[in-house]
Amino acid sequence: MSSLQPAQLVEQLHRGDPRSVARAISLVEDQSDVGASIMQGLDQQRLDEALTVGITGPPGAGKSTLTGALIHHLRQQKIRVGIIAVDPSSPLTHGALLGDRIRMMDHALDQDVVVRSMATRGRLGGVCAAAGAAMRIMAASGCRVILVETVGIGQSEMDIASLADITVLVLAPGFGDEIQAMKAGILEVVDLLVINKADMPGAQKLLFDLGKGLRASDQVLQTCASEKQGTADLLTRLLSLEKMLRQEQKLQQRRLCSLRQETVDWSLELFKKRLTALVHAQHCTGIDPRVAAEQLLNRVIPG
Amino acid sequence: MEVYRVLIAKPGLDGHDRGAKFIARALRDAGFEVIYTGIRRTPNEIAASAVQEDVAAVGLSSMSGAHARLFPAVLASLRQAGAADIPVLGGGIIPAEDITLLQEAGICSVFTPGTPAQAIIKAFKDACQQQHQHRN
Ligand SMILES: Nc1nc2c(ncn2[C@@H]2O[C@H](COP(=O)(O)OP(=O)(O)O)[C@@H](O)[C@H]2O)c(=O)[nH]1
Ligand SMILES: [Mg+2]
Repeated sequence: MSSLQPAQLVEQLHRGDPRSVARAISLVEDQSDVGASIMQGLDQQRLDEALTVGITGPPGAGKSTLTGALIHHLRQQKIRVGIIAVDPSSPLTHGALLGDRIRMMDHALDQDVVVRSMATRGRLGGVCAAAGAAMRIMAASGCRVILVETVGIGQSEMDIASLADITVLVLAPGFGDEIQAMKAGILEVVDLLVINKADMPGAQKLLFDLGKGLRASDQVLQTCASEKQGTADLLTRLLSLEKMLRQEQKLQQRRLCSLRQETVDWSLELFKKRLTALVHAQHCTGIDPRVAAEQLLNRVIPG
Repeated sequence: MEVYRVLIAKPGLDGHDRGAKFIARALRDAGFEVIYTGIRRTPNEIAASAVQEDVAAVGLSSMSGAHARLFPAVLASLRQAGAADIPVLGGGIIPAEDITLLQEAGICSVFTPGTPAQAIIKAFKDACQQQHQHRN
């Protein structure tokens, strides 16, 4: 499996070869040059046809269990599915413990269920920098639907809402503090709100409390993910929302926005590295930092 | 800096995952990205997950005495999945006479309850480093 040519790797991943899909994602994640040329060669039609769904919410709300249930329903319809499960890296050690897969192991031997666990690797906002690329690689490998699980507790962790075509916020009874934070604007950026653990006390009250912040009453669903209750409905809702967005050309608009945002995020990230090196190499002139920054920026993008 | 991804899995029927979780956390704290798959995994499930996650090494834990059969079975599943280049390390309650047997079968390092965490981390580091060299 060593030193594959990018063209060969792309060809194999288009055929759905598991190892090639996985290698391609790593090459992009590790920011290698090969990774960049892989991304250039992906089947655009498959990218256009795929649907990406962000599944976010506080830890323990049941996102992975819900994702597992959605996989089950998708496979019943013979739909090939990709899953990206993102968890935070430790800012100190850079290590990460990625355990979302545990709840998806029912499908471990199904080659049409492509699961990839990813660590945030220092990126803020709940999503790792390579998530967008991983989504596209999975789509190119024939995944019709791609589910992206991210931890989202407040507005600052909601980057997934701009990355995915459709965003689902998962809440559950017993997450009092998080839910207060949620009310402040987050409901406006998600497409669907799922109240999971409907079997637990407090689910009705949560539904009532949050119902007020919604744009429309059909924006909210109740599920019991561990029993796969309400989850088939959720999938139906997602697919009909996709259809509507496509018909109204809104999906295409969202993607354009999303690609632009991803480009900005990457520019800032790459820029920061070089900029830091440049500034540290300069001897300090005693000039006001804000003025110095303007001068630097003007050298790159004349204002 | 290179990031090493490893899979920690527990094959077999026993549900004692304290050892597996301990190693998973120790590796995370040493800077690894650790994918944990939980208890009672079949060798084929472990191999398929290792491929999808593109890990540089697989760590197995067994407390039930089934290591002699299960650890080599994971190696066989990896070979079948076209991933014989991913090294497998294993630990658990393993009698001294089995250690050589496992190593001869192709398990690259074997740990027992007495192995210090630092030695385990070092073994994973070496295994991952070698695998990365091979793949690039
Ligand atoms: N009672 C109940 N428990 C659930 C439900 N869905 C998930 N859980 C449990 O909630 C815990 C956290 O689930 P998980 O999917 O890992 O949450 P995540 O952190 O949001 O991914 C697990 O113990 C699940 O079994 C549900 O609908 N009802
Ligand atoms: Mg999870």
